[in-house]
Amino acid sequence: MSKRFSVRAYPGFGLFSLLFFIYLYLPIAVVVFYSFNANRIVSNWGGFSLAWYGAALSNGALLDAVRISLIVAAIATAISTTVALMAALVIVRGRNVRFRRVSETVVNLPLLLPEIVVAVAVLILFSELGIANGLVKLVIAHTTFCIPFAFLPIRARLQGMDADLEEAARDLYASGWVAFRRVTLPLIMPGVFSGGMLAFVISMDDFITSTLLNSGGATTLPVYIFSLIRQGVSPQLNAISTLIMIASVGLATLAFIIQRRE
Amino acid sequence: MSARRPLFGWNVLGLMPAHVIMLLTLIVPVGIIILVSFSTRGPYGGFDYIFTIAPYRQILFNEGWTGELEFNPQYLIVVGRTLLLALATTAICLACSFPVAYFISLQSRERKVALIYLVTLPFWVSMIVRVYSWIIILGNNGVVAKALLALGLPDIGSLLFTDTAMLIGLVYSYIPLMILPIFASIEKLDPALVEASHDLYGSRFTTLRRVILPLCAPGMLAGAILVFVPCLGAVLEPTLLGGGKAMMMGNLIQLQFGAARNWPLGAAISIVLMASVLIFLTVRGLSAVRREGREAAR
Repeated sequence: MSKRFSVRAYPGFGLFSLLFFIYLYLPIAVVVFYSFNANRIVSNWGGFSLAWYGAALSNGALLDAVRISLIVAAIATAISTTVALMAALVIVRGRNVRFRRVSETVVNLPLLLPEIVVAVAVLILFSELGIANGLVKLVIAHTTFCIPFAFLPIRARLQGMDADLEEAARDLYASGWVAFRRVTLPLIMPGVFSGGMLAFVISMDDFITSTLLNSGGATTLPVYIFSLIRQGVSPQLNAISTLIMIASVGLATLAFIIQRRE
Repeated sequence: MSARRPLFGWNVLGLMPAHVIMLLTLIVPVGIIILVSFSTRGPYGGFDYIFTIAPYRQILFNEGWTGELEFNPQYLIVVGRTLLLALATTAICLACSFPVAYFISLQSRERKVALIYLVTLPFWVSMIVRVYSWIIILGNNGVVAKALLALGLPDIGSLLFTDTAMLIGLVYSYIPLMILPIFASIEKLDPALVEASHDLYGSRFTTLRRVILPLCAPGMLAGAILVFVPCLGAVLEPTLLGGGKAMMMGNLIQLQFGAARNWPLGAAISIVLMASVLIFLTVRGLSAVRREGREAAR
């Protein structure tokens, strides 16, 4: 089969793809490689060392930033996934929904605006309202821009689900809530899960909004890393980056497997 | 189909949280941004609601002590650079994504899944870490400079803090967003059409140009939006790889709301940025409508 002359294949595309994947992974490999560098100067190799990982894991400011990021991401994910699930149920399943298209655009609004504009918008809002608590500001802002990321996978899953199953449950005298709990929710769970996961990663990863709102003592992980980068490239920074990459690759793989299990 | 019974009889209630959140945290605040962009700068940062068009005038002119205006293109250059870099990024992503997406679509099922996973994986990795990695590569005494030295080429010093560095970083950040929709549209392409073109003596190149590319246009368009819009508002790439001297609109806005403490000017630039995005989306919307009209006319 593979030897057969194929009119669909184009010469050179394979090589080009190989180069592309090298381009995609070379920077990541460089960071991981230099994180094991014993030398304080990043680009001069001074032997293998795990010292920077030890330094990273006992860095109090880093751990504080991780804690803040996790708190904000967990709350924002919980709220945004719930809100997105409710909106998706109505937009996909609801009857006689007025302004269905408009509602969908409104839910996806954060995707249509550049993030810096969203960030500036909430910054001005909080300054007008006089909200000073950093954590509260971050949770509200993150919830807003996480909603479309949670919404899209849930909607896709709901559209792919057979509505007759719900109907059958209702015909068998299940109340709306029971039909949802026992039929709809289990079936769309992979969508809800990947939506929530996406929201969580987007929140953990956010820099623009978090740095603009960075007052009132809530420094998130990306904002802290940015301040480290500003101090210059260092092996400890590489070690921190590698740890973050391991965590995100783990999450991504988990999400991928769950989506694939169908 | 018989009328379905909805799960819940509360359409309005289900949508309300999403609408309320978007209204309070986005729609109203964007309105406030417009107000601020017409307001007077406060004496200690912030702003006062006193109507003025000074922030917009400031984008074009320097204002002297006696109120004389002197044309200063510094902000226009930033706007122009942003548009050019976003366009160049979109073009490069388009050109590079098609061969890769096409190659992936020719693979076996398992390899397809694995390769798509590899394409999406960097996207899950923290944006700031990915941009930072380019500092090590492009920086002084970095990987690129060392490789060139090893090859006997002249020392180019640092590529960092140039437009090229920003372009590399932008392409790197957003190219997965281009590959996925193009891949999706190639997957939908009927291989019989390609074979038919060959049977009718179409060369590979003709087939590519006349059959494959036109059929993948919707995916390319979708990818172009996904890349172009975030590029216009990019903050991290210009800040870290452009070094604060060669700015883009994104970090210029950030600067006005941060260290420069000129909120009205920052709001005015935000409006310019939003307008650019709106114009682009409208043009795209119109071209989609025109295409549908053409297809309907056939």
